[in-house]
Amino acid sequence: MTAESSHTDDESGDVAPGVEGPNIRAGVQGYLIGLGLAVLLTAASFYAAGSGLIWGPGIPVALIVLAIAQIGVHLAFFLHITTAPDNTNNVLALAFGVMIVALVVGGSIWIMDHLNQNMPPMEEMLQMQR
Amino acid sequence: MFGKLTWDAIPWDQPIPLVAGAVVIVLLLGVIAWVILKGYLPYLWREWITSVDHKRVGVMYTLLGIVMLVRGFIDAIMMRSQQALAYQAPGYLPPEHYDQIFSAHGTIMIFFGAMPFMIGLMNFAVPLQLGVRDVAFPTLNSTSFWLTATGALLVNISLVVGEFARTGWLPYPPLSELAYSPGVGVDYYVWALQISGVGTLMSGINLVTTILKMRAPGMSYLRMPIYCWTALASNLLIVAAFPILTATLAMLTLDRYLGFHFFTNTAGGNVMMFVNLIWAWGHPEVYILVLPAFGIFSEVISTFSSKPLFGYRSMVMATMFICVVSFMVWLHHFFTMGAGADVNAAFGIATSIIAVGTGVKVYNWMFTMYGGRIRFATPMLWSVGFIVTFVIGGMTGVLLAVPPADFQLHNSLFLVAHFHNVIIGGVVFAAFAGLTYWFPKAFGFRLHEGWGKAAFWFSLAGFYLTFMPLYVAGLLGMTRRLQHYDLAQWRPWVLLAGLGVVVTCLGVACQIIQLVVSIRERVELRDEMGDPWDGRSLEWATTSPPPAFNFAVLPDVRGEEPYWEIKRRAIETQQLADEPEYQAIEMPRNSPTGFITAFFSTLTGFALIWHIWWLVVVGLVAAYAVFVWFAWRDQDEYEIPAAEVAAADRERRRAREAWLRANVRVREPA
Repeated sequence: MTAESSHTDDESGDVAPGVEGPNIRAGVQGYLIGLGLAVLLTAASFYAAGSGLIWGPGIPVALIVLAIAQIGVHLAFFLHITTAPDNTNNVLALAFGVMIVALVVGGSIWIMDHLNQNMPPMEEMLQMQR
Repeated sequence: MFGKLTWDAIPWDQPIPLVAGAVVIVLLLGVIAWVILKGYLPYLWREWITSVDHKRVGVMYTLLGIVMLVRGFIDAIMMRSQQALAYQAPGYLPPEHYDQIFSAHGTIMIFFGAMPFMIGLMNFAVPLQLGVRDVAFPTLNSTSFWLTATGALLVNISLVVGEFARTGWLPYPPLSELAYSPGVGVDYYVWALQISGVGTLMSGINLVTTILKMRAPGMSYLRMPIYCWTALASNLLIVAAFPILTATLAMLTLDRYLGFHFFTNTAGGNVMMFVNLIWAWGHPEVYILVLPAFGIFSEVISTFSSKPLFGYRSMVMATMFICVVSFMVWLHHFFTMGAGADVNAAFGIATSIIAVGTGVKVYNWMFTMYGGRIRFATPMLWSVGFIVTFVIGGMTGVLLAVPPADFQLHNSLFLVAHFHNVIIGGVVFAAFAGLTYWFPKAFGFRLHEGWGKAAFWFSLAGFYLTFMPLYVAGLLGMTRRLQHYDLAQWRPWVLLAGLGVVVTCLGVACQIIQLVVSIRERVELRDEMGDPWDGRSLEWATTSPPPAFNFAVLPDVRGEEPYWEIKRRAIETQQLADEPEYQAIEMPRNSPTGFITAFFSTLTGFALIWHIWWLVVVGLVAAYAVFVWFAWRDQDEYEIPAAEVAAADRERRRAREAWLRANVRVREPA
C-alpha cells in the first residue's frame, strides 16, 4: 500500500476494515479488532460443537460457516486485503491460491474416493465375493 | 556421538563408487588448492560467494546445473552400458547399485540439473529484460542458490558415505518406508530435496515479486518480453506446487522417523495417497521446467528470424492457459492405479487439451520464422531442433494420455522415451540455446560457433539414436529399470540406444571443448557493443557484461520491443538519444548470509540423515542466528556515485556510437 492512498483515505474518514493508517494507534486498533473477532469466532466454533444449541447434523454446516468467516477476518485484518486498485495483485494471488487448493483438494478427494470404491482392502473384497 | 554413522557407511567393497568418489574428492581438493594458491579466494568470496547480484547468482545457478547435468549424464552412461552388457548376463553393476544409479539419475537431472539451469537463466535474464537493477529480494536470492547447492552436495555425498535411494526418482511407498528401505538412501533423498525445495520456493517467490512489482517505467504486463511471461507462469507454479512436495515428503519423513502411518500398508496408511500427492506436484513441475524453455525459444526464434514474435498475445494466453491447466492433469501419471474409467477419462481429456496450448505456441514459432531473415546461429539450431523433436515427443504424450493405450505402455521404455523426448528436446535444448544466447551478455564474449554447432548436431543425432530405439523396445514390451534381461528381440534396440549414448557423449565433449576454446579465444570473440545478435529486448541495451547496476538510467518503455525501437530511432536519426542526467544509484550490499545459512543447513541435513541429533540442533540454531544477525544489520545498501555511473554509461555510448557510424555507412548505398 502506498502512503499516498492511505493518506487520502484517512482524510475522508472512509477506511476499509483492516487498512493500516499512517499512525500506529489506528494500526494497533485494527489488529485488536481482528484479534477480537478471531477469538470470538473460535470460541463460537467450540461452543457450537460442544453445546447442544445446534441440531446435531447441522453442526458441520455451522462450523464451515464460522471457518469461512474466520478466513475473511484473517484476510481483512491481518493480511490487509481490500478491493482497492493497489490490491489487485494480492487479490489475484489469493484467487489463484484458492483455485489451486480447490483443484488439488477436490481432485484428490474425487480420485481417492474412486480408488477406494474400485480397490477395497482384501477383506472387503472377499466379503463382496461371498 | 555420530548416530548411525560408522566407518561401515563407506562402501569399501564396491570399487566403482569408491574410485569415482576418490576421483571427485581429489579433483575438488585440487580446484580448491589451485584457488587458494593462486590467491583467488578473496576475489571469489567477495565477488561471487557472497554476491547478491542477480547476474552472478544466475551464473552460479547455471554452473551448478551444468556440473550436475554432467554428473547425471555419467549415470546415464552407466545405465545404458549396463543394459547393453546385461543380455542373459549380470552385467557389471549389481542390482542394488543399479537401482541407486537410476534413482540418482532422475533425482539429479530434474532437481539439480534442469531446475538450477532454468532458474539460473531466469535469474540472469528476467531483471535485465524488465529493465530493472536487481530482483526484489537480493539476499534471499543468494540464500536460495546456496540452499539448492546444499541439496546437490548432500546427494553427491551419498555416493561415498552411505547409499542413495533405490526407489526411483519418486520414492513410492511402501518401498520407501522404513520396513522396505531401512538404509539411509531415502533419507538422503528426502533431506536433500527438502532443503533445496526451500531454496526453490524462495526463488519462486522472489521472481514472482520481481515480475509483478519491479518493471521499468512504461512496461505494462502486455509489453513484457514473452520470456518474462513464461518466467512468471513458471514461478507461480513453483509457489503453488512446491508446498505440496514439501508436505508430502514431510509426511513420508514422519513415517520413517517417528513411526507415523500416512503411507504405510498397515494401521490405516494409504500408499495411493502418496502417489496422488507427489504427482499433484510432479505434473506442474514438468511445466515449471518447460515453460521458461518455451520462453527462451520464443526470444531466440524472434531474434534470429529478425522479426517480432508472431502472435504475442496468443503466446501469453497459451502460457497462462498451460499454467492453470497443468494443475488438472496429474492423474495421467497413474491411470493404472485403479481410479476407474470416469476419472481416467476426465484426466485423459484434460491432458489432450493441454497440448492445444503448446500447439498454439508451435504454430506461432513457425509463423515467426515464416518470411523472416533467418540466421542459423547455434541458439537458432537448438530452437529448430527443439520444434521438430518436441512435436514428436508431444504426440507420443498425447498417445499416452489415452487411458487404454496407457494401460499397455505404462512403465515401459516407451514412457521413458517419451519423457526424455520432451525433457531433452524441450528443456535441455532450451538450456543450451539460452546458454549460447545469453553467454555474451554474461561474460562479454561469444561462444565459439563451430564447436557449438558440432555440439548441437552430435546431441541431436545422439538423442534420436538413443531414444527412438527405446520407443520400439517399449512397444515390444520392455519395462523400465531392468538390471538385466533375457529376450533376444529387445537386444538390437538396446544396443542401438547404447550407440546413441556414445554419440551424445561426443556432443557433451563438444560442449566442454566449446567452453574451453571460447575462453581461450575470448579476445577475438569479444562482444564490444553489447548487442551481438541484433536483439530486440532490453537486456541488449546495456553493455556485455552489464555493470552491477544494469542500467545507468532506467529505460522508458513505449512498446513491446523497447530496445528494437531505441535502435531503429538511432539508425533513422543517425544519432543516439540525448545523454540523460546521471544520478547516484543505491545497490544492495553483498552478504555472506546465504552461504553461511547453507553451510549450517548442510550440517543439519547430514545430521538428520545419520540421526546425529546434537548436530541437528547446532545446525538449526546457527542457521537461525545467521538470519537474526542479517536482519539486524545497519547498512544494507551502498551508493554508486553519479560520476561513476556517468563514466560507465559514456563508455557504453561510445561503443554504440562507433557501431552506429559503421552501420550507417554500410546501409547508405541501399
